[in-house]
Amino acid sequence: MMRGFAGFLAVYRREMRSWFTTPLAYVFLAAFAFAAPAFAFNVGRFFDTNRADLATLFAYMPWLLMILMPALAMRAWAEERDRGTLEILLSLPVSVGSIAAAKFLAAWSVALGALIATFPLWIAVNYLGQPDNLAIFVAYAGAFLLAGSYLAIGQALSAASGSQVTAFVLSVLASLILTMAGLPLVTDTLSGSAPAFLVEALAWSSVLERFSAFEHGVVGLGDIVYFLSLIVFGVAAGGLQAGASREGGR
Amino acid sequence: MLTVDSVVKSFGRRKAVDRVSFELATGEVLGFLGPNGAGKSTVMRMIAGRLEPDAGRIRIGAHDIVQSRRAGQRLIGYLPEGAPAYRTMTPREFVTFCLSARGHSGTALRKARELALERARLGDAANQQIGTLSKGYKRRAALAAAIAHDPPLLVLDEPTDGLDPNQKHDVRALVREMAADKAIIVSTHILEEVPAVCSRVIVIDKGRTLIDEDPHEFASRSRTGRLDDAFRSLTRPAVQETPA
Repeated sequence: MMRGFAGFLAVYRREMRSWFTTPLAYVFLAAFAFAAPAFAFNVGRFFDTNRADLATLFAYMPWLLMILMPALAMRAWAEERDRGTLEILLSLPVSVGSIAAAKFLAAWSVALGALIATFPLWIAVNYLGQPDNLAIFVAYAGAFLLAGSYLAIGQALSAASGSQVTAFVLSVLASLILTMAGLPLVTDTLSGSAPAFLVEALAWSSVLERFSAFEHGVVGLGDIVYFLSLIVFGVAAGGLQAGASREGGR
Repeated sequence: MLTVDSVVKSFGRRKAVDRVSFELATGEVLGFLGPNGAGKSTVMRMIAGRLEPDAGRIRIGAHDIVQSRRAGQRLIGYLPEGAPAYRTMTPREFVTFCLSARGHSGTALRKARELALERARLGDAANQQIGTLSKGYKRRAALAAAIAHDPPLLVLDEPTDGLDPNQKHDVRALVREMAADKAIIVSTHILEEVPAVCSRVIVIDKGRTLIDEDPHEFASRSRTGRLDDAFRSLTRPAVQETPA
């Protein structure tokens, strides 16, 4: 057990090191810290709402995360494969599940850093008025879970793809489908031609629908389970895919 | 220490390894020879637990590499083909990573790391990013990571490829030095290394074992007594031996 944890910890530390010894993480954090408020101010018209909350920040969060999380996830397995280091990783006495979990948690830690980078906005609304800080915290928790879901799916696609670019494109596409599924644009279009249960199922599976529960501070257990399931599914799929390379090829 | 029993591996319809069997005891250094694409690296990857055989069994000590993979992998030091390593790490960090993943920590880790870096003769290069090092030093970094946990079985896939004559000499000396208490498999294209390092030779071609004998017997297969002639006579396709 301890040995298994040692493997997990070693991979987690290596992943974190690789983020912060290159400009990658800094560029990512800076991009997020700039883009998130930019959406809130320019698209969401933060000041025009005349409300002391972060609704405008969270309204655009899924769309921002949908693009930026695949960028964070794409290298997870594809880079190891490209550089031949998967050979090293899979010859260590560490389970592929520990490796997949460590890779995911390292990327999720960077995502947490990105969300924390938007905290000045939270401080600002506290300066401007008296926001419901608990509601903001819940919305941040939702954004963290949403980021984790996109990341896990991105890492699974990174394990399945031959290159980082392919992994990125596929991840954005998968995240887009998951996000768009609940939009009235999609459900209204389908409601005429598709069976009602299918349209309902599609809306149910949308991350947008689930994330809005966090945005409005009315979170059910189902919403949490939904995001955690997506995360577990993505991490497991990535690990299984990487482990399957033991059966043949690179 | 190592038993490879009728191991088979196919990639699609191509049979890369076809019923290869051998045993290796502590104190033996096995020279694993064969032309490009003969299946040497595939056998080594299977021994290292990186690939699973389609059929046959591999035992490292008392452990079956498929059924008790991690227990078997703890006993192996593996230098993969091309000596891959993380480019943004220094050799010191890379060896630390491999040792930590194997459960080493604290003073034991530091001692094992420093000994491995010294044995691989990394010198000041131990603190430079691997991506900035020459091919020879990159290989030494990967070699240091392979030997750092003092495994009883070493699997070295072309450890001297790309090294200058002095570096080759150092690696051969290191293999000889470690041979006393380890079982070692070394694949190589450099036949002069065989008598210098190996106590036994296996030649494989098209995934099959052609010979398994000591280097002198192998050399005596050729009328000239030269290893490269013996190798050519075993592995050169018949069509090339009798020009039209």
